[in-house]
Amino acid sequence: MLNISGLDNGVVLDHIPAGKGMDLYKYLKLDELDCQIAIIKNADSAKMGKKDIIKISTDIELDLDVVGFISHHISINVIKDGKIVEKKTIEHPKKLVNVIKCKNPRCITSIEQELPNIFTLSEGSGKTYRCLYCEEKYEG
Amino acid sequence: MPRHLLNPMDFSVEELYKLMDLAGDIERNPDKYAHACDRKILATCFYEPSTRTRLSFEAAMYRLGGHVLGFSSANSSSAAKGESVSDTLRMISCYADICAMRHPKEGAAFVGAQKASIPLINAGDGGHQHPTQTLTDLLTIHSLHGAFEGLTVGLCGDLKFGRTVHSLINALTRYEGVKFVLISPPELKVPSYITEMLEQKGYEYKEVISLDEAIPELDILYMTRVQKERFFNEEDYVRMKDFYILDKEKMSHAKPDMLVLHPLPRVNEISVEVDDDPRAAYFQQAQYGMYIRMALILTLLGIEVE
Repeated sequence: MLNISGLDNGVVLDHIPAGKGMDLYKYLKLDELDCQIAIIKNADSAKMGKKDIIKISTDIELDLDVVGFISHHISINVIKDGKIVEKKTIEHPKKLVNVIKCKNPRCITSIEQELPNIFTLSEGSGKTYRCLYCEEKYEG
Repeated sequence: MPRHLLNPMDFSVEELYKLMDLAGDIERNPDKYAHACDRKILATCFYEPSTRTRLSFEAAMYRLGGHVLGFSSANSSSAAKGESVSDTLRMISCYADICAMRHPKEGAAFVGAQKASIPLINAGDGGHQHPTQTLTDLLTIHSLHGAFEGLTVGLCGDLKFGRTVHSLINALTRYEGVKFVLISPPELKVPSYITEMLEQKGYEYKEVISLDEAIPELDILYMTRVQKERFFNEEDYVRMKDFYILDKEKMSHAKPDMLVLHPLPRVNEISVEVDDDPRAAYFQQAQYGMYIRMALILTLLGIEVE
């Protein structure tokens, strides 16, 4: 068992689906921060079996759309003086701007690099994001 | 904000009937519309070669009394210098009153429409959308067969990569009781999102391999070309290709009022002996393509002819 101490001040992203912690780290551009960050992979979870956790030792505004894109089950706890002062609820974002890139080689974004990469959530039951330009499904 | 046509579903069912009625009136009274677009300019921005679509747009504008300018390949446009679609459309908006654009990349028309201050018609963006072909197909069926409701529509050939097929299926699912018979080799079946969409909307469909088997029940037969390069091996191609060649023999099993449509160009999938059959509607279809583009230009420019 690996022990990582609790936070006095900062943000904890919990219940990240196992294996998605690094993706979230990348999409949230956490590598650009110079504070301490812990990424815990494959932690035991009664609810999920295994989960990832990210602890960030500073109070920052996270892009909730990015978090919701990874999973709307992720919980975000804001910690102050060792106590949870805020819990943020996450939803599937309707629109993602410059988070993921379209992989369709025939898409206009493949040749016009200055265009923002925009994906929208399709209507219907499945969580499907489609490129705003070519409507190709994002497969991850 | 000008009105554009990027996707065949951009027009409501009611607007489509209005457009088709206008196309019908143009067909019957061409003189009435001969000067409707006097002093108006259509820009045809074709980043990849196209014969039929570009000529159809140009013929449509000339028959409305307007003028045409444009380019017919990316090499002869400033795209060769690296200009973005948005910038080109901004510039074209200064010169012309309406623009038809074809581009090999999917979503290019959408990008152009964000900056165009004139109506933009998507004349094909890669394998994505080709709305004026779909409008042409709808007008042909409407003019020669009447109502869409209750039709049994057979789509034959390359149903996997054929964007005209996908668009037409989509457009026909706005009318009640249409049945689809999807005729193709297993390698070229329609993508699963199309069949899922049909199931979700409650439309009856079946997937069959043989055209011979399917033809007797069809009201409309929409032919497309089965291209050799789509097959994994030569043997399969040789085995399958004759299944999808429409000839007199196959036509003898079809209903007397079945219509044969084809987006053209036809290569060998419809034998020339079928051309004289009164049910062969594919050349008329090309003519309807011009009428619907005339109606579309008038509608998007907001020109009404009394």
